[in-house]
Amino acid sequence: MAAQDYLFYIFAALTLLCGFLVVVNPFSRNPVTSAMFLVLTIVSMAGLFVLLHAFFLAAVQILVYAGAVMVLFLFVIMLLDLKEEERRKIRFFGLITGLISVMAVLGVVLKTYLVDSKLNANLQLPTIEGGTAALGRILFKNYLLPFEILSLLLLVAMVGVILLSKKDLK
Amino acid sequence: MHVGLEHYLVVSALLFNLGLLGVIARRNLLVIYMSLELMLNAANLALVSFSRFNNNLNGQVMVFFIITVAAAEVAVGLALIVALYRKKQTAHVEDLTTMKL
Repeated sequence: MAAQDYLFYIFAALTLLCGFLVVVNPFSRNPVTSAMFLVLTIVSMAGLFVLLHAFFLAAVQILVYAGAVMVLFLFVIMLLDLKEEERRKIRFFGLITGLISVMAVLGVVLKTYLVDSKLNANLQLPTIEGGTAALGRILFKNYLLPFEILSLLLLVAMVGVILLSKKDLK
Repeated sequence: MHVGLEHYLVVSALLFNLGLLGVIARRNLLVIYMSLELMLNAANLALVSFSRFNNNLNGQVMVFFIITVAAAEVAVGLALIVALYRKKQTAHVEDLTTMKL
């Protein structure tokens, strides 16, 4: 096995472990702990992106998710002051339903991937590099209109957030 | 065994299902929202690995768009949660039953 394969297993295990601790943490039910483990999940997923040669996306993942989005999450958690969560028990019925549906979806997906698929039938050796230059060229040549629409979407989101967080909604 | 497309896809599927479990089983609005982010990230991982192993950069552009839309979505969703909390003093889905018949 090459060094990259070991790195893949390390990052994948880290991603899944931290993702598990976001959802079901046996030690703490505090949302802040979940948020911290979500940061770790996102950072190790950026590592997986680097292994896939998507360097620009790895940087964006850390900047936007681990930076902006998680700060927003923590800000809201601190704002809401959620102490009640610790006392409540997790509902047994919800957990059972969740586990059943997750097992069903996972079974279908894994069967498709591992048993039925011919994923490797027409794969070439991966040669592309997701650097900033290559991605920027394709973004501004082929995807210019979606890019501009995206800026409009961000503007709409900003206006909506300001309107929603006003004290008296009329 | 050499790491190929299936390895990444299995990780992505497992992560997506962890997020799904969180959305169904947890009862705190903020944790549900974090699980949603987990599901979005799993989809991103699948897209990037498909893009890598098919030698096609379009998948990565898609992921770029998804990350931007997710940032906007988080901002709006958290503003909604704060507005809801201000009205009901709770962020727990079992206490939010206004729409129940």
